[in-house]
Amino acid sequence: MPVETASIAAMYETALTIRRFEQRAIEQYRLGNIRGYLHPYLGEEAVAVGAVAALRPSDYIVSTHRGHGHAIAKGHEPRLMMAELLGKATGYCRGRGGSMHVSSLALRNLGANGVVAGGMPLAVGAAFAIHLRGDSDVVVSFCSDGAAANGALHESFNLAAIYHLPVIFVLENNNYAVSTPIRDTALVENLSERAAGYGMPGVTVDGNDALVVRAAMEKPLQRARAGEGPTLIECKTYRQGGHHVNDPGLYMPKDELERWRARDPVGILRQHLVDAGVAEAEIAQIDQRIEVLMDEAVQFAIDSPEPAVADFLAEISAA
Amino acid sequence: MAKIKYRDALRIALTEEMERDPLVFCIGEGIAERGGSFRVTEGLLKRFGPTRVIDTPLAEAGFTGLGAGAAIAGARPVVEILFVDFVMLAMDQIVNQAAKYRFMSGGQGRVPLVIRTQGGAGEALAAQHSQSLEGLFYHVPGLKVVMPSTPYDAKGLLKASIRDDDPVMFIEHKLLYMTEGEVPDEDYVIPLGHADVKRAGTDVTVVTYSLMTLRCLEAADRLAERGISAEIIDLRSLVPMDTDTIIESVRRTHRLVVVHEAVKRGGIGGDIAATVVEQAFDSLAGPIIRVCGKNTPIPYNTSLQRAAVPSVDEIVAGIEASMGASIPVR
Ligand SMILES: Cc1ncc(C[n+]2csc(CCOP(=O)(O)OP(=O)(O)O)c2C)c(N)n1
Ligand SMILES: [Mg+2]
Repeated sequence: MPVETASIAAMYETALTIRRFEQRAIEQYRLGNIRGYLHPYLGEEAVAVGAVAALRPSDYIVSTHRGHGHAIAKGHEPRLMMAELLGKATGYCRGRGGSMHVSSLALRNLGANGVVAGGMPLAVGAAFAIHLRGDSDVVVSFCSDGAAANGALHESFNLAAIYHLPVIFVLENNNYAVSTPIRDTALVENLSERAAGYGMPGVTVDGNDALVVRAAMEKPLQRARAGEGPTLIECKTYRQGGHHVNDPGLYMPKDELERWRARDPVGILRQHLVDAGVAEAEIAQIDQRIEVLMDEAVQFAIDSPEPAVADFLAEISAA
Repeated sequence: MAKIKYRDALRIALTEEMERDPLVFCIGEGIAERGGSFRVTEGLLKRFGPTRVIDTPLAEAGFTGLGAGAAIAGARPVVEILFVDFVMLAMDQIVNQAAKYRFMSGGQGRVPLVIRTQGGAGEALAAQHSQSLEGLFYHVPGLKVVMPSTPYDAKGLLKASIRDDDPVMFIEHKLLYMTEGEVPDEDYVIPLGHADVKRAGTDVTVVTYSLMTLRCLEAADRLAERGISAEIIDLRSLVPMDTDTIIESVRRTHRLVVVHEAVKRGGIGGDIAATVVEQAFDSLAGPIIRVCGKNTPIPYNTSLQRAAVPSVDEIVAGIEASMGASIPVR
């Protein structure tokens, strides 16, 4: 397989892993094994996959409440993530975090976040630590359109810009903050226009094609690694479903949903593979591998022990 | 041993820690070029350069979060927020992000962040520049709270706070910056969670911290003239709190007065009183008395401000009341 084809195949595999992970998580939710808030990344896979494909392992990401896709793209193991979602002792955060706080410091994912835009200043700080150490790593700070009106986003944009920090702000414009469409809360056509106010470059790209997203990362990465500062990349995408697992999303017009489904990010990556000459049988092998991985992930999570209450009590009494 | 000002002791602590560890940096409004509103960071820019001594725009949430993120990623930031009143703009980053990060990550991540700020009623700065808000941070699991009263403590506690792997709210008092005290030249740290008996006594235990320590000492001098021996315990750090020292003292004196500038309602004094009742109820020979700030925003007018925070007279009266004297305490 040529290098580029192999890289597309890897991206396809990651995107489908995210897709299947979310579907399995929803199943586990319906069974009552996962509780609380679960925000699926269905339909937005190309953003995480494309953005992270352009990174080195030592680069950081800072995620959001809709964070499973970011984590899987950054190399999190589905079984350890599923275990965290089930609140098990074997999860990334030993059951203390759950879906909204999945993180892995080892993989340099500083974590999902329960507060919209709340992680963005942390991303700027991680970039500051990189700058202080004189490293050339970058931080990708994910957010969605709901963050675009929040002060933490604006302060983060400005701080990253004035200190020329290595941050790439990847704004997943999926058109909604819960049920509120972005046209009700922003009067600009493209949210990337916000970048101009902070003296940083801003671009808007097709967020459903992972190859487009990956390509859009190139210049911002060069810029960041050269110490020239941040960039805002707005990825236009769509949530293929409600805000969280219990939201039927009735406010989303049917034709709008259909339009976006016709441009499904996993389907688009699959088509790229076909176009690159990869045989259906080979693609089917990938699909098969993921099914096995998911079966294992779910089983591992279910079989894993609950965190011990005694351990928890001992930990907090020391604090 | 030299006699130096509280603000100089803080600067020495910052300098020593920045010399020791290249990952320590200072960031805040006007701290670099201007050297800070209270001149604590004066000269640091020249010594350590603009990568480690950084002026910020007026974006408290942003640069506090920057500190938290840098701490998670391995640095040791000292974020300065001009007034504790303005820390309110950064509460999400402190309470929801920094305080919980270690826990939420299942212990993977640590947040060695110090937030230096200053509070308290001072020179007629009115309601939005005079508050004592330590109770808010005291209430949040995951935060440490340090409030030194002397130059010696300021230096040793700031150094300990910078070396601590958890977020620390380090709250100075604006009326303490110009106070002087003996500070040894050597590199010492004062571990967090150790109260200091600033004056030994036998008749009554007075628990306090920050500026009120000075007023309590003055009150103790006055009471000594009348034959009352008050033990003054300066908590120095509120979280972790050295309850052992409080309990041990109360078991000897059988009386407790808690003094703080922060308003009485929902204040730390109530929590200390409850702890003593839980752990040393049988030692108490009389009511626990709290001498605290009144339940009001701090007024601008000087006489009104004076009435809003505990005075030496009120502390004396509180101690007498705890001894069973008939002087009423509000
Ligand atoms: C500061 C804050 N306000 C409100 C919420 C409640 N909330 C959770 S997710 C969400 C919508 C966020 O929309 P957006 O940022 O577009 O992210 P998306 O869900 O589209 O990924 C809201 C309002 C929150 N978590 N944080
Ligand atoms: Mg959105």
